[in-house]
Amino acid sequence: MHVPDGFFDAPTSVATGLIAAGAVGFSLQRANREIRETGPALAGLTAAFVFAVQMVNFPVGAGTSGHLLGGALAAALVGPWSAVLVMSTVLLVQGLLFADGGLTALGTNITLMGLITVLVGYFLTRAVLKALPRRVGSVVPAATVGALVSVPVAALAFTGLYAIGGAVDIPLSKLATAMVGWHILVGIGEAVITAAVLGAVVATRPDLVYAARHLQQDLVLVDADGNTSTVSPDRPIAAKPAGRSLGVGIAVTLVVAGGLSLFASAHPDGLEFVGAKLGFETAAKSSAAAGSPLADYGVSGIGNSEVSGALAGIIGVLVTIVLGLALAKLASLRANKAS
Amino acid sequence: MSGPAIHVERLVFAYPDGRQALFGVDFTVEHGERVALLGPNGAGKTTLVLHLNGILGSVAGGTGSGGIQIGGTGLHREHLAVIRRKVGLVFQDPDDQLFMPTVRDDVAFGPANLGLRGAELDERVHEALVQVGMQDHADLAPHHLSFGQRRRVAVATVLAMRPEVLVLDEPSSNLDPAARRELADILSELDVTLLMITHDLPYALQLCERSLLMDDGRIVADGKTRDLLGDAELMSAHRLELPYGFDPLSVSGPER
Amino acid sequence: MSGDGLLVAVDSRVHRVPAQVKLVALFVFVLAVVSTPAPVFWAFGLYAAMLVAAVVVAKLPVHVVSRRLAVETPFIVFALLLPFVATGPRIDVLGLELSQSGVLGAWNVLAKGTLGVVAAILLSATTAPRDLLAGLERLRLPATLVAILSFMIRYLSVVSDDLHRMRIARESRGYAGGRVGHLKAVAGGVGGLFVRSFERGERVHLAMRSRGYTGRMPLLSQAGAVRSQWLEGLTISLLAVLIAVMARVVGL
Ligand SMILES: Nc1ncnc2c1ncn2[C@@H]1O[C@H](COP(=O)(O)OP(=O)(O)O)[C@@H](O)[C@H]1O
Ligand SMILES: [Mg+2]
Repeated sequence: MHVPDGFFDAPTSVATGLIAAGAVGFSLQRANREIRETGPALAGLTAAFVFAVQMVNFPVGAGTSGHLLGGALAAALVGPWSAVLVMSTVLLVQGLLFADGGLTALGTNITLMGLITVLVGYFLTRAVLKALPRRVGSVVPAATVGALVSVPVAALAFTGLYAIGGAVDIPLSKLATAMVGWHILVGIGEAVITAAVLGAVVATRPDLVYAARHLQQDLVLVDADGNTSTVSPDRPIAAKPAGRSLGVGIAVTLVVAGGLSLFASAHPDGLEFVGAKLGFETAAKSSAAAGSPLADYGVSGIGNSEVSGALAGIIGVLVTIVLGLALAKLASLRANKAS
Repeated sequence: MSGPAIHVERLVFAYPDGRQALFGVDFTVEHGERVALLGPNGAGKTTLVLHLNGILGSVAGGTGSGGIQIGGTGLHREHLAVIRRKVGLVFQDPDDQLFMPTVRDDVAFGPANLGLRGAELDERVHEALVQVGMQDHADLAPHHLSFGQRRRVAVATVLAMRPEVLVLDEPSSNLDPAARRELADILSELDVTLLMITHDLPYALQLCERSLLMDDGRIVADGKTRDLLGDAELMSAHRLELPYGFDPLSVSGPER
Repeated sequence: MSGDGLLVAVDSRVHRVPAQVKLVALFVFVLAVVSTPAPVFWAFGLYAAMLVAAVVVAKLPVHVVSRRLAVETPFIVFALLLPFVATGPRIDVLGLELSQSGVLGAWNVLAKGTLGVVAAILLSATTAPRDLLAGLERLRLPATLVAILSFMIRYLSVVSDDLHRMRIARESRGYAGGRVGHLKAVAGGVGGLFVRSFERGERVHLAMRSRGYTGRMPLLSQAGAVRSQWLEGLTISLLAVLIAVMARVVGL
């Protein structure tokens, strides 16, 4: 999803650049205490980890493959503010050292992959965590949902940006359907890997999972004379109580999802739907487009009115949430049975 | 009022995940002594030496108790800066120790934190690199060095702070025989108190007259290296084995 | 992945330009390209010619540049689809009915994206990572961010090597599961990789503290760039701005 230079028009690039700069600045402030205590090396190594993991591909279907974005995973592991910094660093290094992702599109890329995936992923994780048994292990199904939803929401945001600053008018409802549909599949891969990674971390170093810090158990200490005492775990940064996160999680997701698609569908001069439908149908029939994600998912949307077409995005995300919650329930039931 | 170089009393410590690593450790090292710290994997050796300059333990906000004095100075929060200047710690993996973009930046990191700048800093860096024979590689990135070279630079990063006590965690591990001998030559030239964790028993005998043996988070033996290595029963009780054909009684050691 | 990025370690005039100058030059150049209207074809020709000249002066092998262009592929696919899916008047090309604005849009994405990638390659192939960090520091990127970047770049190769070793270990044990088993094994390995990376991060922090770190990293940059260096480094970018302005004027 690394957007190159010139993909969006200059005002959009500048606007997302400002959003990204603001988000990074805010995160620097929020993560300041953490980084002072754990050191910048930890964030740097987490970034190197995300970078390395983004090179691991998984099959998505139709002969194509996707790779982990890692926003939701990073958020669960090191917390949302550090994760925004980590993801921004990864994108900056990819852009400056490896020429991957345009420099004028850096703001767009940070907004989509460094901000939206992290926030949606984290707040949904915390929200689902509230509904699950109070154990560190619950973070696995919770973050699975976060990861699953974070990817299509970012895809929807991409569509929203395209509506605002795309160079060419294309039917947005179809772009939204195609992007979200495709990225639900990518999101499943993201969710599976996120779950497995967190599972492995919970099994070996449960204390490392930021999103589950508040669920840790007390320590038992034996001194030189054999006396035992109980102390609460050394917790440099206590995670915030789960209080409002259900609301925040749903709100963040729906504001991003709903807001952007509504904006997309309401965009005044971007849509000429009659021509769009005709044009798109020819396209779907032409061989050049066959086998592409746009062809696979765009066609099913044909014939819908613009509103319902744009709503497809939100519905897709909602379906993902429900699917994810069901998965989480299932996983926690199985985990309970096992223990 | 300068006391012993290292004095450790009833040291207890548990990691944040609840695993207790130290169960009451006591020992003393005098100025100028060279002491090997032996013991099986997981004995708590690394955990112990990380306490010596206050990066683990209750001063660092961890879970534990007990006391440590370095050169007579108690290890308390207000003395941390002094203690960290006195105790130089060389980590087991040189990649942990070399975190700056180039060798020069890395060796300069410690002295710069001590407030050195400009020509004085450059001189200090050069001197430390000469001590380990790496002065010609100052501008390379760490990942362009061989493992042995990285280990030597790691020693230089600590020597640049001119410590009174040099603590090394398995300095000979993963070195080829030539690099291992070169490092021994460098270490035996240094005029500091030395505490060296090692599984390389001939290395311990070559460099250290005295050894501490640690197991299960406690010191279980303390004596002349030659005597410890010669005690077959003690050795096997703590999973220590001499290399095939090596007889500690027939080689010369550092003691006169 | 190496911690050197795309660096081609030769000596050239472009290599010698201070990193902060190159960063600004790249940004200005790409901004000029992006704000040039797509139908002004000659402007893009001139941009390309200037970039090629810079690549030659920088003594970069052609294959380094061309191989790296592959990162664009997903967007080339997207661009090639545009003529089919875009709205507006149709034109007939070789029997295919294409959208006129779609064709122009495809050209827009391809031309600007490619110029942007080549310009970025020019920066990363001629600037050592340490200089890049020093340049960012000079350009007042927040110190915490520079520090995180520095650690990330330093440990990129270490973490990638860990990942590589784990894969070799898995494959040499003759692993032959199905797709699900494969995914599980990979993900478990990735989990282990995180624990390793995190623990290394903790140890590095300990190593820093034991050498007197109190929260402030030493500065990397020393001397700033002088005016002649700024002028030399910005030549192409300033020309590009001129071209972009002219393209707008002509386009009116
Ligand atoms: N960061 C850590 N968190 C939790 N436990 C640890 C950590 N580091 C070491 N341990 C545990 O503490 C014990 C002592 O480890 P260590 O001091 O590294 O032993 P040694 O250096 O003697 O091999 C071991 O059981 C080890 O698993
Ligand atoms: Mg050890």
